[in-house]
Amino acid sequence: MTFEPRIVGFLCNWCSYSGADLAGVSRIPSAPNLRAIRVMCTGRVDPTFVLRAFELGADGVLISGCHPGDCHYAEGNYKAMRRVALLQAVLKGAGVDPARLRIEWVSASEGEKFARVVNEFTARVRALGPLKAAAEPVAAAAD
Amino acid sequence: MSKPKLAIYWAAGCGGCDIAILDIEARILDVAAAFDLALWPCAADFKRKDVAALPDGDIALCLFNGAIRTAENVEMARLLRARSATLVAFGACAAAGGIPGLANQFGRDELLARVYRETPSTDNPAGTVPGPRTAVPEGTLELPALEERVRALGDVVAVDYTIPGCPPQPARIWAVLETIVRGGPLPPKGSVLGAGEKTCCEECPRRREEKRIRRFVRPHEIVPDPERCLLDQGLVCLGPATRSGCGALCPAAGAPCRGCYGPPPGTRDQGAKMISALASIVDSQDPAEVEAILAGIADPVGTFHRFGFASSLVRGVRP
Ligand code: SF4
Ligand code: SF4
Ligand code: FES
Repeated sequence: MTFEPRIVGFLCNWCSYSGADLAGVSRIPSAPNLRAIRVMCTGRVDPTFVLRAFELGADGVLISGCHPGDCHYAEGNYKAMRRVALLQAVLKGAGVDPARLRIEWVSASEGEKFARVVNEFTARVRALGPLKAAAEPVAAAAD
Repeated sequence: MSKPKLAIYWAAGCGGCDIAILDIEARILDVAAAFDLALWPCAADFKRKDVAALPDGDIALCLFNGAIRTAENVEMARLLRARSATLVAFGACAAAGGIPGLANQFGRDELLARVYRETPSTDNPAGTVPGPRTAVPEGTLELPALEERVRALGDVVAVDYTIPGCPPQPARIWAVLETIVRGGPLPPKGSVLGAGEKTCCEECPRRREEKRIRRFVRPHEIVPDPERCLLDQGLVCLGPATRSGCGALCPAAGAPCRGCYGPPPGTRDQGAKMISALASIVDSQDPAEVEAILAGIADPVGTFHRFGFASSLVRGVRP
């Protein structure tokens, strides 16, 4: 049986969530692995949310929002982009492949792109394998 | 009438916490007047068996410093938990794993191989590595086994209170002890004692301006302006993501805060909070440039989770 990754997607209300909707109503096939969470803006995605998603068993986390210059709140997506860069550095230090966290820009009219991003990311994370099993097992502590 | 008993224990830590307690100076006499010592390996000659002989709950107050690194640490944590009415995780290591917790970036075997075989300064042709049992001509030597990972005290036994800091500041230690000595009320169990409810920045005397960072610098690279906020000057100061309590000792002295008082109230992960703060002030919208600026932060894990890696959310990312 092939491994099916669990992917959490934080999608901004104004662009990518609508893009996901469009992909749906246009019946563009996209991987069912994504659990979409609607946020008002990618700038709302606290780094804690990302780490918590991984802690709770996500194998990959996708953050998707408006294209640069198009954020409804002017700068939220730039902030998200900088957070992702820092989070990737910390994940790497913790022995987690930084490719498990991805940020993308998908507008409300890009249903096709949304499906492509989800499919590509799902394939990438599937190739990386399950996050928890990838790490070496903790020896049963003496208790 | 016998006095309430006090135990002070030192697990996987540097010993600075014990020294910080002694740094309350002559007031240690007030502590001695109020308590009978049951255990303090750093200062008195009680042994494990003396503690084991006590009834459960007999020690009124146990200040436990150091992280849980070895099987011995686990055993002493369990014993002291059982014998103590109130168990305090004292200092950053007991509270969150502390500096020893940074070892959790590696597995136990990786650590042993690195330390005992691979470092350039190691001369160990026989490849000897310490283990729980070692056969020598005279018999078998036993050492407490290393646990796979470093844990905070609270990950091993139930903890009643936490006193943060690396080490906790003597004035704050005394304030807590004085309350206990006077029989004053303590906050509800689970509380953090000997610290504030805000961030380190709120106690910092430095002048803050609008933050716009285009280059990070390390402390040896600049002589910081004595009055301006260190973060404004490009030094990674953890003040915004650290609990108040120390009086902003480090920034007041010209060194960036390392975060030893742990996350402020309401924050689950100190590193995540610092990442959030930094992401807001890096002055670029170009991904390549952002990457170049952020590359100026040496050792992100050791910077953002210096004292709390073992109990951070990142820890939970892997099993
Ligand atoms: S120097 Fe550090 S602690 Fe002081 S205000 Fe700046 S960031 Fe906060
Ligand atoms: S300034 Fe920061 S690192 Fe220094 S003692 Fe205070 S909390 Fe600890
Ligand atoms: S509103 Fe879409 S990224 Fe900010």
